[in-house]
Amino acid sequence: MKFKIYRYNPDTDTEPYMQDYELDIRPEDSSQGKMLLDALLLIKQQDDSLALRKSCREGVCGSDAMNINGRNGLACITPLSSLKEPVELRPLPGLPVIRDLIVDMTQFFKQYHSIKPYLINNDPPPETERLQSPQQRAHLNGLYECILCGCCTTACPSFWWNPDKFVGPAGLLQAYRFIADTRDQATSERLDDLEDPYRLFRCHTIMNCVDVCPKELNPTEAIGNIKDLMVKRMV
Amino acid sequence: MVNRVVTGAHYGLRDWLIQRITAVVMAVYGVALAVYLLMQPYLNYDVWTALFSSQVVRTFSLLFLLSLFYHAWIGIRDIVMDYVKPTALRLMIHVLVILALLLYAIWSVEILWGM
Repeated sequence: MKFKIYRYNPDTDTEPYMQDYELDIRPEDSSQGKMLLDALLLIKQQDDSLALRKSCREGVCGSDAMNINGRNGLACITPLSSLKEPVELRPLPGLPVIRDLIVDMTQFFKQYHSIKPYLINNDPPPETERLQSPQQRAHLNGLYECILCGCCTTACPSFWWNPDKFVGPAGLLQAYRFIADTRDQATSERLDDLEDPYRLFRCHTIMNCVDVCPKELNPTEAIGNIKDLMVKRMV
Repeated sequence: MVNRVVTGAHYGLRDWLIQRITAVVMAVYGVALAVYLLMQPYLNYDVWTALFSSQVVRTFSLLFLLSLFYHAWIGIRDIVMDYVKPTALRLMIHVLVILALLLYAIWSVEILWGM
């Protein structure tokens, strides 16, 4: 299989370049590994200067998010058989490259932290847990599963243009996750914080986020739900 | 002035909502006008002037145009917010766009009701 991989080492390279690699593997043969990450680890055996992040290798940690043939995704759950050759791998777009496929996620997490991604409840903690009915808990489905890999946010043009001001789809999905949580008491403050031409309303329903999310979540729907609640609050 | 990232202007919902409402107004008017014109066997100057001599048509046309201008203001402002970074330049473009759209609105009234 042929690969074209984005290489950039700020210590030695003046500018990034694409490097070709070839592996003697057949995607159908599962004994050699089936996923893109398996191939990347084989490439790393050939050339240990290639830098990438990885950890759980099963789509749970979100470390190996990268741009695969022009689409953001997780290398560990992308089957090799689904990819057109040469497989072109680049770092996530819109974030500064640290080296090769590794990007600086600071801006992404800054936006995530800005929405206060934790339960705000000023009542004294009960003896056991704060209870929810199954119906109330069901509202969190499709929201809590986010692994913060950054695929959606870095696929969003609105985030590319305003990464310092627009929260981005991942952050807004998490904002809605706490707005939707019946145990959270800060709904109004959260809506106040998001009612901003940049923080929320840079979303123009482009839906790249929905297209690329490796966990098949729907940030656009969550953003729509936030807007609906704001309308409900206003009229 | 320090160069800090500032957000929290606390507006946006109203504009977002108005953009949706004006879109509906434009869609309804556009379809209604297109259907009416397509239903005319002979579409000529007389049919056109007869249509626009009606006060109702003029009023709804003005509503359509005002919706268009408001919709355009929000859309252009959003584009400028994305692509034009220096505050002074952005403010200048915003003011120019508002003035142009106001001018168009006055001009629309003149076209619809003028001689």
